[in-house]
Amino acid sequence: MSSKLKILVPVKRVIDFAIKPRINKAGTGVEKKGVKFSINPFCDIALEESLKLREANKGLVEKIHAVSIGPTKAQDILRTALAKGADTTTLVDVGEEEVEPLNVAKILHKVVEKEGSNLVILGKQSIDDDANQTGQILAGLLNWPQATNASKVEVSGEEVSVTREVDGGADTLKAKLPMIITTDLRLNEPRYASLPNIMKAKKKPLEKLKASDLGVEIANRLETLKVEEPPARAPGVKVENVDELVAKLKEAKAI
Amino acid sequence: MLRSIASKRLFSSSIVRRDTLAFIEVANGKVSAASLSAVSAAKAIGKPISGIVLGPEGEKAAESAAKIDGLSKLLVAKDAKYDHYLAEEVAPLFKEVVTKQNFTHFVTPASAVGKSFLPRLGALLDAQPISDITKVLGEDTFVRPIYAGNALATVKTKDSIVLTSVRASAFPQAELTGGASVEEVSESVESGNRTEFVGEELVTSERPELGSATRVVAGGRGLKNKETFDSIMNPLAEKLNAAIGASRAAVDAGYCDNSLQVGQTGKIVAPELYVAVGVSGAIQHLAGMKDSKTVVAINKDPEAPIFNVADIGLVGDLNETVPELVSKL
Repeated sequence: MSSKLKILVPVKRVIDFAIKPRINKAGTGVEKKGVKFSINPFCDIALEESLKLREANKGLVEKIHAVSIGPTKAQDILRTALAKGADTTTLVDVGEEEVEPLNVAKILHKVVEKEGSNLVILGKQSIDDDANQTGQILAGLLNWPQATNASKVEVSGEEVSVTREVDGGADTLKAKLPMIITTDLRLNEPRYASLPNIMKAKKKPLEKLKASDLGVEIANRLETLKVEEPPARAPGVKVENVDELVAKLKEAKAI
Repeated sequence: MLRSIASKRLFSSSIVRRDTLAFIEVANGKVSAASLSAVSAAKAIGKPISGIVLGPEGEKAAESAAKIDGLSKLLVAKDAKYDHYLAEEVAPLFKEVVTKQNFTHFVTPASAVGKSFLPRLGALLDAQPISDITKVLGEDTFVRPIYAGNALATVKTKDSIVLTSVRASAFPQAELTGGASVEEVSESVESGNRTEFVGEELVTSERPELGSATRVVAGGRGLKNKETFDSIMNPLAEKLNAAIGASRAAVDAGYCDNSLQVGQTGKIVAPELYVAVGVSGAIQHLAGMKDSKTVVAINKDPEAPIFNVADIGLVGDLNETVPELVSKL
């Protein structure tokens, strides 16, 4: 008896990875006006993995539901998720406010219940706050097994085997569904959405909710007192040859 | 035994003792370097510190961990179920210890293990953890890098139990000159864990460990293939007694193991000397090494962004310059 997978993929809208963020004038955060935003790369990998599970195992995946918690504009990345192959989506519109991982996980907890999900695949971290927490917090709230930093996922019946990137190498964990997986870089190569699929995605379901519709009150625990530039490095020198390099290294007492 | 400590705390003084619990990660009977840095961060919080070690070989681990300077007490949870530090087992235990013994702060190294269980513990304690702190400004105020290290955020927490993971490269390692009293953890926890450890494949190396090495030589896409990577980087690392690191491009292309990746999503290092060979210097790579003391870049492209953070830059073909450098060191 194997039950079908109802996969939930949380995706976050973040400043594009190739852009060097600038601190805003007030020193309270990062400038977001006129900056390119994209789906967080690790979330893209999570979505890809759920699509791959469906393609590699006939009849295994019943549904892939993508959810984003963010501003109204986050629906753009949900449309992309639909174009890539997600079946349905939910936007939990929280406005421009930054929502901490604990609150995101509490909202996701409700979405998991609402959607009846039995597998949640998330990115290991978002490249803006670099927290690396949401998946683990969600696993804790649900008391489900967790496998972080996945580099390989295999489903066999109700059992999921995950190889993880850990300090010094890799390890493999096994658990029965339901469970939480967070993705590392090397899990897969996300696909691009084709134009016809982008057009079709416009007709796919995108449900819009507020956090209060799910009964979650967002009360952040952390107050950001300031955001500043890291100290700049003193300008370096270029040397002409290896001898000069060795001399400079000695001068800097590095060797 | 634990009850007596708790009651002393309640009645002996009008000031509530506020203690920090520090997770000490032990592998093969040896305390991890990152744990020693985490203890230094715990010291900066300014409260008495208890350490905690877990695992089937709890006693052996406790021997070395009790020597960490700054620990007043070392708790030992000796149980085979804590082998491999599964978050599903570890988080409920920590919840129990933290709440029963009234700890107000919990620190862990921001290692793969720490990152895996700390947020889960946050869920159990209803606390918002603070990841990868690089500075302690007070009991409740910390600095942490965001956006791949392109910004530093100062955050103040309202949580009554403060959970933090510590970026090892930002704190010195505590010395092994202390002698904490050792106590067995009496809390026992039914975790309901359903996760099973199947096996692991660790890369064995005689080189210093990347995260704590004082010298790191890192190779990038410019090495072209695994053979060149090995033939160029190994002698250099040998000569400098350095750890070997790599850029994502080099790892993805299979020149070396994943665990050697330096960057936003790999290891964060801050050695005395960092030699980047054939590494272009993408934002994500710089996030992992730009706090190194002296950065040397060897690259044939004079426009490579790595030269913007290098103290000493050499434009040239790595196939010629690196062997020459090795011979002249």
